[in-house]
Amino acid sequence: MISRGFFGRQRPPEVEKRLPPGQYLEKGFPVLSAGPTPRTPLERWSFALQGLVGSPLSWTWDEFLKLPSQTFTVDISCVTKWTKLDTKWLGVSVDTLLQSAQVDPGARYVMALCDGGYTTNVPLAELVNGAAFVAYQFDDKPLEAEHGGPARLVVPHLYFWKSAKWVRGLRFMEHDEPGFWESNGYNMHGDPWKEERYGGD
Amino acid sequence: MIQPPVLEWQIGVVTRITTENARTKTFTVALPKWIAHEPGQHYDVRLTAPDGYKTERSYSVASEPERRGEVDLTVERIVDGEVSPYLHDVLVIGDQLEVRGPIGGYFVWDVALGGPLLLVGGGSGVVPLMAMLRHRAAQESAIPTRLLYSCHGPDDLIYHDEFAALARAGGTLEIVITFTRQAPEGWSGYRRRIDAAMLNEVKEPLGEGIRSYVCGPTLLVEAVANALVASGMSPDRIRTERFGPTGS
Repeated sequence: MISRGFFGRQRPPEVEKRLPPGQYLEKGFPVLSAGPTPRTPLERWSFALQGLVGSPLSWTWDEFLKLPSQTFTVDISCVTKWTKLDTKWLGVSVDTLLQSAQVDPGARYVMALCDGGYTTNVPLAELVNGAAFVAYQFDDKPLEAEHGGPARLVVPHLYFWKSAKWVRGLRFMEHDEPGFWESNGYNMHGDPWKEERYGGD
Repeated sequence: MIQPPVLEWQIGVVTRITTENARTKTFTVALPKWIAHEPGQHYDVRLTAPDGYKTERSYSVASEPERRGEVDLTVERIVDGEVSPYLHDVLVIGDQLEVRGPIGGYFVWDVALGGPLLLVGGGSGVVPLMAMLRHRAAQESAIPTRLLYSCHGPDDLIYHDEFAALARAGGTLEIVITFTRQAPEGWSGYRRRIDAAMLNEVKEPLGEGIRSYVCGPTLLVEAVANALVASGMSPDRIRTERFGPTGS
């Protein structure tokens, strides 16, 4: 249906081709979360791999910072319709985390586990080969708590609710399970280019 | 897991446009495939240009689910926005509007969830809270409820007369307004940003076991949610919805 009298904003073609369907360009960095911002002191922070791994692994904050890190510049899209281009992060690739873990060949899905009880599910194949990382800096500064600091998962090719804030670990699973938003009406997969926003999309 | 139903786009018709304040209007949209929403949920609106370009935004439902067949979407006009200026400046009664919903399963409340209920809204963040209050009134619920509503000045208030009527009729509902920039002449109430002391005063009469819903700009939501946690409320009793610096 064409909306009578709607022509849309001026959209430079180089921007438009980077905006998934239905999204608009955002220059700020909106904050969205379902509850209060959790704050875990860094001395109590740890990051754990659990579930279908040979032996559970855990890093303290200091250990985590010593892992090889990389800068990532990626576009991010939130299911609430904004897309932000060229966001710059520093973090540890999921591939790096998995190097020291013996992930069971039967593991096909991952649940991200977070402070505050937030969870989100992602297929394991979509977290590896440089596709995802655990970030602790945004724009050359420590990641603010409101934006998921001290560390958040970043999975830029999926809607941003998959990029779990305040992430504390990954649980490896044989079968897919819904996380927090996935149990509240949102899509199990969440590909912005396929507009997989809600459960039935 | 059972595959959830597809949330289909549908073409509604605008049947009423209500001016709430200089920057805010309510659009009543009649829906051919109306589904009862939970108070707090939103709808997506999709606009399509003649060249095929589409853009979408989410707007909270202000009406109660007891009003069947239509929804009220209250929309603040964002100066450099794309969709809200269209809705405000172009859309007229009788126009079609493509929408889908209702959406969102967490920032929702109905009388079955119970209370006591502490609602905190800033600016147009009061919209989903209004759906909860209208639902509560339609159900003739006596659940002790307080709304703390932060507003720049009297010209920025929305739903003011209806709030007054709801609070009079309810008995167990109280509406507390704080003006952060300019208060009306003779105003004896709060005139500052919401802080921990104000929250404690407002929630104290509600006693224990409060459920809280907080909606507004990020700074307000962060401050309120942090203060509620610091006051001893369990984080899982505090549900938030934020709108940040978005260009909608």
